[in-house]
Amino acid sequence: MTRRISTFLYMNPNLFLLLLLGPILIWLGVVYVGSLFSLLLQSFFSIDEFTGLIVKEFTLKTYISLFSPSNFDIIIRTTSMAFVVTIVSAVIAFPIAFYMAMYTSKKTKAIFYVAVMVPLWSSYLVRVYSWKLILAKEGILNWLLELLHIDWLLDLVLHIPVIGGGTLSTSYIGTMIVFVYIWLPFMILPIQAALEKVPTSLLDASADLGAKNQQTFWLIIFPLTLPGIVAGSIFTFSLTLGDYIIPGIIGSSRFFIGQAVYIHQGTAGNIPLAAAFSVVPIIIMGIYLYIAKKMGAFEAL
Amino acid sequence: MANNSTIAVKFEKISRYFGEIKAVENLSFSVKEGEFFSMLGPSGSGKTTCLRLIAGFEIPDSGNLYIHNREISNTPPYDRDVNTVFQSYALFPHMSVEENITYCLMLKKIKKRECLKKAEEMLELVQLPGLGNRKPSELSGGQRQRVALARALINHPSVLLLDEPLGALDLKLREKMQIELKDLQRKIGITFIYVTHDQQEALSMSDRIAVFNNGQIEQIGTTKEIYETPRTLFVADFVGSSNVIHGKLSEQIFDKNASFTIRPERIRILPLSEETPSNQEICISGKVTDIQYQGANFKYMVLLDGQNEIAVQQQNLRPNTKDLFQPKIGQEVRLVWNRLDSNEVIL
Repeated sequence: MTRRISTFLYMNPNLFLLLLLGPILIWLGVVYVGSLFSLLLQSFFSIDEFTGLIVKEFTLKTYISLFSPSNFDIIIRTTSMAFVVTIVSAVIAFPIAFYMAMYTSKKTKAIFYVAVMVPLWSSYLVRVYSWKLILAKEGILNWLLELLHIDWLLDLVLHIPVIGGGTLSTSYIGTMIVFVYIWLPFMILPIQAALEKVPTSLLDASADLGAKNQQTFWLIIFPLTLPGIVAGSIFTFSLTLGDYIIPGIIGSSRFFIGQAVYIHQGTAGNIPLAAAFSVVPIIIMGIYLYIAKKMGAFEAL
Repeated sequence: MANNSTIAVKFEKISRYFGEIKAVENLSFSVKEGEFFSMLGPSGSGKTTCLRLIAGFEIPDSGNLYIHNREISNTPPYDRDVNTVFQSYALFPHMSVEENITYCLMLKKIKKRECLKKAEEMLELVQLPGLGNRKPSELSGGQRQRVALARALINHPSVLLLDEPLGALDLKLREKMQIELKDLQRKIGITFIYVTHDQQEALSMSDRIAVFNNGQIEQIGTTKEIYETPRTLFVADFVGSSNVIHGKLSEQIFDKNASFTIRPERIRILPLSEETPSNQEICISGKVTDIQYQGANFKYMVLLDGQNEIAVQQQNLRPNTKDLFQPKIGQEVRLVWNRLDSNEVIL
């Protein structure tokens, strides 16, 4: 009997494929895309300010309210933070990934992998709260800087308007540091994978044709790893856009998109506005990917 | 045409180790200006390491390396007057054919218009006109190979290094490219140093060949010297095929306990007869044990004294050609060859 079934499936590969993929496609279609669609739908409703009830009529009112100064500030703040976090992550991740891909033996590479991955295995919340302790006024970082008599340097940095603040743990700089720390593995691994794929013969060829190491880096290595950098930046950018925990614990207590969504769909009960807010990262990511494609980031894929 | 007596590349007691493995040990040889020089050997014999030493991708652990009488063992690749055609072509995938070819001009900040003109000239030279805007991924293997060649030649290097450049091509295309490469080398007259493991390729293109084995050169000489008077058993065996005669049999035939080689195509296979051979000829009898039909040739295996077997190659002539003798399996035959054709080798 089982033999007949397997013969039947072997002779009808399309049916076999359908059986295997069917459940997943239904999951993806109904649960995943479906809920995304209902989210989109919600964002076109509005809330009756008087009764607090949702008016199920098509309107762009909710979207327009995104542009009110307080809401638009949130969008600008979150996007700028995502942008800075992405740049800083890429700058820190690239040398690490480069070393991992080009200079390590098998054993040290394994150690690096573990070192990059281990933070992902422990609780996100614990790590964020640890950073609060590190960055706090009485924290270990301040203590260390005082010990080295360079605490004036930190004071100088904290006096920078907008991004500065009372302490690192209540400033945008602190938020940025923790974001970078949390998302760094998501930047290192794609860059490292892209670097691994660059054949060393290309580097030899470049040197052979007269390129110094720096020229080889900018003309060969960098363009060929750009897709990896973009892949990593998609992670860091979109994860920062959507996160609501880190800015709630560390930073200036001003809202980010994630927090706005959380507040509006929870306590405020303004689900249409929450939905509209969550559409923002989708649109920003769309624009981001479009620009990346225009700049030829995927040409070497 | 370049002067044949000047030296293009010279190895002086060069060694290169990779950890415990000696890739090349105490190697000395030189390549003359303007010659087509092949480094032939099995994989791991050190030939590619030698090429990489000349290109500058490897630094010797000891010894001196000269290119045109300049000691360059510590000069980085970008300051050496040599260019390389890589085994996998190593074309930059994100650049067009034109950008690949003019890469070294671009590094020298030569004007775009001049670059384009030069690129067009080079594409003409390697017979790929008009393909400048393609990406390497849009080319066939043979076309990529030509682009790699154009890219390596545009800078007019004094020495061109080729690392098994035809290895990835199919047989017909490979034979065609062999002829083209040789023509190109004659035309531009620069020194070609060619790494290959294909003895046929080395024989058909080179002026001289160095046969590598275990990080050493077994023999260095013209193609004729390498094929007809191999110095060692390894060379005799690696370049073409050889019958080896040693021990008791060699004492019986040559009155000397040594090793001798004889090429299968130099042996004539004849019917048994009382005819005494001339002084110049060696004659020995045996029994045919196997016949292989190889198209252009027949290969006979002849058992001599119960243990030594000798291969004989006979041209596949018309069956009714005069004096043609084609024995059957099991038949007793005579093998005859000229004394000069057997060659003493060291093990």
